[in-house]
Amino acid sequence: MTVAIGDPAPAFALPDTAGTMHTPGEAPATVVVFTCNHCPYALAWHDRIIALAHDYADRGVRVLAINPNDAGRYPRDSIEAMRARVQGGEFDGVPYLRDESQEVARAYDAETTPDVFVLDAAGLLRYRGAPDADYEDPSQRAAFLRDALDAILDGRDPEPAQTPPVGCSIKWRE
Amino acid sequence: MHVELLFWDGCPSHPRALADLRAAMAGLGLDPSTVAIREIDTHERAARERFVGSPTIRIDGVDVQPTGDEPYGLTCRVYYRRDGRISPTPDPADVRDALRAAATAIDVHTSAVQTDPTERR
Repeated sequence: MTVAIGDPAPAFALPDTAGTMHTPGEAPATVVVFTCNHCPYALAWHDRIIALAHDYADRGVRVLAINPNDAGRYPRDSIEAMRARVQGGEFDGVPYLRDESQEVARAYDAETTPDVFVLDAAGLLRYRGAPDADYEDPSQRAAFLRDALDAILDGRDPEPAQTPPVGCSIKWRE
Repeated sequence: MHVELLFWDGCPSHPRALADLRAAMAGLGLDPSTVAIREIDTHERAARERFVGSPTIRIDGVDVQPTGDEPYGLTCRVYYRRDGRISPTPDPADVRDALRAAATAIDVHTSAVQTDPTERR
């Protein structure tokens, strides 16, 4: 199933590394980013996304990071490895959720890590794609994502509303 | 010198790595067309080839960046640039240095063979 821009985003409830459940919504905008521990693209963009979460927190924006990878074949994406990163301070307040069944990733039709989805206050998908144009250039500061959030918070349509996701393929169960 | 690039198609970084590798070879006067390109497409083959991720560049069998204790498998490989940034491809300077070191080793070996007084003809 593909979620189109303007469609209601799939609802979900997923546990973070401490077992606390999280759901999207109850915010003027929610960023859902599929990510993981072992992918260089996800790691290269990670700090930019965490910085964005801090920069937009006072405007009520929520950021939820979801790891959907098959930890059986990729042990570096295990819940223990996720917990170690959280305890090491890498997520700095951003919930790191485990999509063990991969149902949420499938519902969003997520393709890569990272793959970013931005929902508005009504839960409609308003942006989907990469955080910015260049994983190798930290000065980009997740510009696609910041522009999308600014537009949503100002009542405008994000432009672009969609960019190609760039990263490692999600590691689906075989 | 045997230069090879091993890749897994599930990771989008190998075209960039190949371009960087060929540029480094050309810069050192080596023939960029001699790169052996091999696809790793199964977990079994990854284990057999000691493949820790895509892309992997080996020069005379030696990885351009130590693999550490990374497990074998079909995945994207994490590299560190010389400025500390994480990257899906090796630092071109590391590739260039590895090529240069291998070329120097070959020159030394060739020179040693040519001047070996015990050599019999």
